[in-house]
Amino acid sequence: MTGVRVAGVGLTQFGRHPERTGRDLFGEAALAARDESTVPPADIESINYGNFMGSLSERQGHQAPLMAEMAGLQCPATRYEEACASAGVAVREAVRTVRSGEADVVLAGGCERMTNLSTADVTEALATAADELYEIRAGMTFPGAYALMARAYFEQFGGDREDLAHVAVKNHDNALPNEYAQFHRAITTDEVIEAPMVSEPIGLLDACPVTDGASALVLVSDEYAERNDLDAPVSITGSGQGGDNLALHDRADLAVTPATERAAAEAYDDAGCSADDVDLVEVHDCFTIAEVLAIEGLGFYDHGDGIGAARRGETTATGERPVNLSGGLKAKGHPVGATGGSQIAEMTRLLRGDHPNSEYVEDATLGVTHNAGGTVASAVVHVLEVDR
Amino acid sequence: MTDAGYDEWLDAIDDGEGYYLECPEGHGSLPPRRVCPHCSSTALEHASLPATGTVETFTICYVGGPDFEDEEPYATAIAEFGNVRLTGVVRGTDPEDVTVGMPVEPRIGTNRTTGDDLLVLRAR
Repeated sequence: MTGVRVAGVGLTQFGRHPERTGRDLFGEAALAARDESTVPPADIESINYGNFMGSLSERQGHQAPLMAEMAGLQCPATRYEEACASAGVAVREAVRTVRSGEADVVLAGGCERMTNLSTADVTEALATAADELYEIRAGMTFPGAYALMARAYFEQFGGDREDLAHVAVKNHDNALPNEYAQFHRAITTDEVIEAPMVSEPIGLLDACPVTDGASALVLVSDEYAERNDLDAPVSITGSGQGGDNLALHDRADLAVTPATERAAAEAYDDAGCSADDVDLVEVHDCFTIAEVLAIEGLGFYDHGDGIGAARRGETTATGERPVNLSGGLKAKGHPVGATGGSQIAEMTRLLRGDHPNSEYVEDATLGVTHNAGGTVASAVVHVLEVDR
Repeated sequence: MTDAGYDEWLDAIDDGEGYYLECPEGHGSLPPRRVCPHCSSTALEHASLPATGTVETFTICYVGGPDFEDEEPYATAIAEFGNVRLTGVVRGTDPEDVTVGMPVEPRIGTNRTTGDDLLVLRAR
């Protein structure tokens, strides 16, 4: 089985671009990834494209062939949809395609246009990641779902809103130097706690913003990279995916995320590593509580211990295992269908040494990305390693 | 819109004859469903939904979707009814007075914005 290398990454500025079409956003990211990879267009054999709500936000279904056009490619293209894990799944399937020998080069990524919708309409669109009959009709929103999990966590394990505020403060700090991030603004724990409530106990600054953006990666086989003398020091050495019942109330425990545990177990086994080997992580922090659930699910903390990690400084840029050095979904932004690809783009930059926050992880060799869909009914975990 | 299986389930709750689906292992789930999501058993039978449940977690939603604009703020809760849990809007008390452990009864109410049936967890 061949290894898979990241030959090039491309990102748009994440932020509010209500006038920009999804096709334009993805075109920009795809061209940037192509340029960085130096791979000629004719060598790209397929496109795996992640998108969640384009049928609602742009009334555009069947987006993948459109995105191939925008990338200037004539190859087949397929859209992957697993809510906020759409691009994570798109990348995972690209990894599997290259490993199988079916293709030497696949372009993977995703896009989401969101800020052209009103807050109410974007809330409604995002909520479609939940169970329509049993959750959406009971008024469950996306922040509301994580609020239900946060309170369940507090009840079962302890912790409070101040613990969660430290996660938001950390991720805003990390985003400060990141040119692609939506927010370049330091915040305080007091500001997080005093921010307006969205869905109690989730306040406005516990939540990721609404974001437009796109991500793209050119993934190549080891042999292709060697044959073409590509500068591609980062490999994807592990991939895993986990699932769970869609509705929260159908889970055995509301304060843990078994889909993440399953995805991590598969990815670690695939890469031949363990949680102890992980130097840095990009996790799916759509809400502050989500980062806590992720770092526990990935095996870095026992259940109940993760909530104090940011407060204790263990997951900050100078901590023992930095979490979300990019700023995370919380501060870098969360264009849902693009996020899984952007996490791998950011991890690649961090490990290569060309990310503004690479200085915090100069000796790092192994990073993990974690992308989740809905209330973690889908989870995708990747292990990335760099040649040193 | 008609949702076979779900609509009948709402009607049964409204008639005071609520049920859930139970497999031989005792796993509970909600219709429509052909197989137990926990153990894959296809031997699902109707079991009586307990008349009272207990709030396990809740949120007070201040920013809802368009279908709930006349409801805000409202409390959505997940309540345990023996082998099964229900997600519903808590009524019969102020959202600020909802607590974990609070007893609730399943009822069918009306969504004030859409006029559709709504699963209500009524405070006892």
